[in-house]
Amino acid sequence: MFEKVWDRHVVVPETADTPAVLFIDLHLTHEVTSPQAFQVLRERGLPVRRPDLTLATMDHSTPTRTEQVFGNAPIAIESAAKQIRELEKNCAEFGVELFGLRHNLRGIVHIIGPELGLTRPGSTIVCGDSHTSTHGAFGALAFGIGTTEVGHVLATQCLLQRRPKTFAIEVSNALAAGVTAKDLILGIIGRIGVAGGTGHVFEYRGAAIRALDMEARMTICNMSIEGGARAGMIAPDETTYAYLEGKPRAPRGAAWDEALARWRTLPTDEGAKFDRTVGIDAATLEPMITYGTNPGMVVPISAHIPERAGDPAFDKALAYMGLTAGEPIRNQPVNVVFLGSCTNGRLSDLRAAAQVLRGHRIAKGVHLLIVPGSQQVRREAEREGLDRIFIEAGADWRESGCSMCLGMNGDIVPKGEYAVSTSNRNFEGRQGVGARTLLASPLTAAASAIRGRVTDPRELLNG
Amino acid sequence: MQALKTLRSRTVVLPSTNIDTDQIIPARFLTTTTRDGLGASLFADWRYDGAGRPRADFALNQPAARGCEILVAGRNFGCGSSREHAPWALLDFGIRAVISTEIADIFRNNSLKNGLVPVIVDGATHEWLLGNPLAEVALDLETCTLALPTGITVKFPLDAFARYCLLNGVDELGFLMSKEAETRAWEQRRG
Ligand code: SF4
Repeated sequence: MFEKVWDRHVVVPETADTPAVLFIDLHLTHEVTSPQAFQVLRERGLPVRRPDLTLATMDHSTPTRTEQVFGNAPIAIESAAKQIRELEKNCAEFGVELFGLRHNLRGIVHIIGPELGLTRPGSTIVCGDSHTSTHGAFGALAFGIGTTEVGHVLATQCLLQRRPKTFAIEVSNALAAGVTAKDLILGIIGRIGVAGGTGHVFEYRGAAIRALDMEARMTICNMSIEGGARAGMIAPDETTYAYLEGKPRAPRGAAWDEALARWRTLPTDEGAKFDRTVGIDAATLEPMITYGTNPGMVVPISAHIPERAGDPAFDKALAYMGLTAGEPIRNQPVNVVFLGSCTNGRLSDLRAAAQVLRGHRIAKGVHLLIVPGSQQVRREAEREGLDRIFIEAGADWRESGCSMCLGMNGDIVPKGEYAVSTSNRNFEGRQGVGARTLLASPLTAAASAIRGRVTDPRELLNG
Repeated sequence: MQALKTLRSRTVVLPSTNIDTDQIIPARFLTTTTRDGLGASLFADWRYDGAGRPRADFALNQPAARGCEILVAGRNFGCGSSREHAPWALLDFGIRAVISTEIADIFRNNSLKNGLVPVIVDGATHEWLLGNPLAEVALDLETCTLALPTGITVKFPLDAFARYCLLNGVDELGFLMSKEAETRAWEQRRG
């Protein structure tokens, strides 16, 4: 499948001396990685070549407090406010469509592409953000780029790329109750390591993947980058087409039928060869949770923190986390719970958390921050009454954005505190200076908020 | 981008594996709209204590590290986010090359586009470099070789086009723009 998408987008083929010139169907931009790229265009007097294939949103440094988004309260961080104004100015000057701060379709860049129907099978999608891999769930070739490359795509709608290798991840059987897509991808990363996919594009295959809905597939592809791969793909099928049909910007009428016929030719042919393959049995997985400072430092929730004698990086990670090798991860105290991000900030994630939280109150002293992935997700959640369940449980319900995933907007985990987070990175300081992040699924996050300790959600779901 | 043919420098060593871009430059320093001055925030959470004072025990803060243009780092350097602020911060600080056994894809790409040379070496060479901080080494981009003071010289892989751009100080945008006719033809073919 990767080869088909690649081949269909080659403008100038690769040679020993030069990389391929690849056409980009959709370029998503946001406030943090675009200002210097627009500046290059301005310096060279260049226009945006295809504004019709470019869309901008603001998500990374935006406030999540309603009064700062819709009210008159100033944005707390002045440099963030400046970045937001800069994007507004750039989009106006270069004719790029922007979902500004108060726009009802604004949201995290990787949430809004699919929800608008802009993310399509067989297309090439880039964004100045490494989690662009999310869009691969639709059988798109989607990857993160740097700011210089953002400038290249703005100016030429093309990118210079060497063809990556392919890596098949075969997931057999089915996930057990209480075990989610997030647990599956954490399990995969635990198996292959955080650099396991370097230089490769993943293709997730097998019965367990086919059984997932689109939002779960996005959670899987989202964290391809945490396994070292720039892109991860899942072949489109009826689930994909059903999701896309009728989305606001999906093709309609005859254009839809045409697109559908093209998309059906995408899945990998029988017997196709991959450069590497790994097999995982989904049925053996439990809810997973990280204990260290990269996503590969992960264990099943019933397990103990492993011991690894003579590994200074491992010791340093545990010292940062304030955790001890050989101890169970279960019942570790938790101060903050963050539910959101482009990994787990979609409606199904909020529904899953609500299912656990319904009728409960979170433990005293725990801060549960729930940040929907987009304004549309927020509205749908409110229509279903999920916000009531959250607020009654004691949660803090916010406007959409990246928020505590990277703590740029001031939503941070206080120094030394433990946060069970549904986001994707547990690096030192990712969620705030000295923050200690435990990555897990929305179910595990909600259960841990109720108990104030790391909790296996199956204990609450079963009774 | 500045042309670079050879580089001779002492090395500064950060042996940790999986040094991610959130360590190289934490997200709170990304609310900038230019690429200047990021060197001050390079490795901010490792370089400074809670009160903003430099930590004496951090490799980059040691007086001997001043002027070092080559960073030797543990395996899988630059993993994590796509922020180009990471190579910008390293360059602004004065680093022109990073040596490791493995360098994450997006970081490697971003580095090449800014004239920061990613150098991948074998395990034995890496071991030696980690064990000998401040060693004076020489990089030659014409031959893609790294010379150690022991007299040993090793080759490192570098994409032919990236090498051409580094040697000549040209950026890729010009090359891409020269393919406008092909791009237009492709767009027409697709309809
Ligand atoms: S939610 Fe987190 S990982 Fe996703 S785009 Fe925002 S900052 Fe990046």
